[in-house]
Amino acid sequence: MNQPSKYVIETRGLNIFYGDFQAVKDISLQFERNRITAIIGPSGCGKSTVLRAFNRMNDFVPSAHATGEVLYHDQNINHPSVDAVQLRRLIGMVFQKPNPFPKSIYDNIAWGAKMNGFRGNTDDLVEETLRQAALWNEVKDNLKKSALALSGGQQQRLCIARALAVRPEIILMDEPCSALDPIATLKIEDLMRELSQNYTIIIVTHNMQQAARASDYTSFFTMDTDRAGIMVEYNETSLIFTKPKDQRTEDYITGRFG
Amino acid sequence: MPRNTLNRQLNMVQDEILILGSMVEQATRAAVGTLKSRDLREAKLVFEQDQIINEKRFAIENAILILMATQQPMARDLRTLAALLEVNTELERMGDYAKGIAKVTLRMGEADVNLPMVEIDQMSELAVGMLHRALGAFIEENANVAVAIPKEDDRIDELFNTAYSKILHEMVANPSTIDNVNLALWVIHNLERMADRVSNICERTVFIATGELFEMDGMDEEDLNV
Repeated sequence: MNQPSKYVIETRGLNIFYGDFQAVKDISLQFERNRITAIIGPSGCGKSTVLRAFNRMNDFVPSAHATGEVLYHDQNINHPSVDAVQLRRLIGMVFQKPNPFPKSIYDNIAWGAKMNGFRGNTDDLVEETLRQAALWNEVKDNLKKSALALSGGQQQRLCIARALAVRPEIILMDEPCSALDPIATLKIEDLMRELSQNYTIIIVTHNMQQAARASDYTSFFTMDTDRAGIMVEYNETSLIFTKPKDQRTEDYITGRFG
Repeated sequence: MPRNTLNRQLNMVQDEILILGSMVEQATRAAVGTLKSRDLREAKLVFEQDQIINEKRFAIENAILILMATQQPMARDLRTLAALLEVNTELERMGDYAKGIAKVTLRMGEADVNLPMVEIDQMSELAVGMLHRALGAFIEENANVAVAIPKEDDRIDELFNTAYSKILHEMVANPSTIDNVNLALWVIHNLERMADRVSNICERTVFIATGELFEMDGMDEEDLNV
């Protein structure tokens, strides 16, 4: 058997357009297994657009189309033979605003898993994923309570548990803490570190301190003169925030951008 | 309790500082040992191994800068990291003192020199002991222990004065050995300075605990009546 590649996702010369407008230009990036990679950059630099390309969420935007390649385990995910629903099971997503179903805590996890064909012991699955999401101790006595009664931070951890319940390999996070207070934010960051032992995490954030704290690798995006998003620099997080190579990165992380 | 990454990385830096401290303790003992044994190979080794201490100091400094940049420490965490940077530098300089003592052995070679070894030995043991306990208190952030340590410096100053007079007597009694005996002044100077730098470490321990910066020992090199 071949050794699994070090990189689980890779883009090659990725261009994404909304109609005639080029949103991102020529992005080539590699994402390492069991690592946390952050994509940072100013608003409008295309970081969320790129993130959504990793599990074909851009399919839902009628005007969006892409050229170049997004490889998942060396397979182009835009190939007609790829089942996008199956792809999104393996590459899960957590959104900016916690979006639990208006159901019980228990059902939030059990539902998605059953829809995806889960046939095991649901009680065990609920406990296991809530533990993985560092939420179990806070909700174990109230599993029938409405998920909407949880705090924002708890709701976001529930959404992470829900994403884990379908056994993904990669978790995409799009500004997962921007609606949370600082302590809830730090809890999610600690959780990401725990999860990175078993999952690959890619996070988009405009909070560069969060990228600095929580990630192993950081990619800095900015806008080109034609307003298309471009990648400026990609390196270990410790280097990006102490010795960036590109002046544009330095200007952004020191707050001297623009 | 959030901030696992910050805590873990902070502990790693603290461990590295403790290792650097033991390297300095070991180098000091070994250097003073070579004054007695005149084991020139050992003295050369101590002299050369200071390079390892220097490199470790840079590595620790780099780790601290990365930690500051990526984890945005505040309040006590920030003071701890600022103090670690300071202590890191103090330890590197103490390493230089040990190297300096090894250099004295190398300069003396096998020449017969009457050194105040009793005082030198005691100064070395006291300074190393102070350093060891000061670093322990520093890592445990125990200000009570740290405050008491600089007072022990009085004993080192006494020994310094005794050794100093003995060296002067020796210079007068045996002028032909003055070149080598003069080197002994460097040895006691280095050991005395080492103890002063231990006081600096203790100051940083109090700084972490209280946020206050002040000199614990009014006497420093420039105040000494030498």
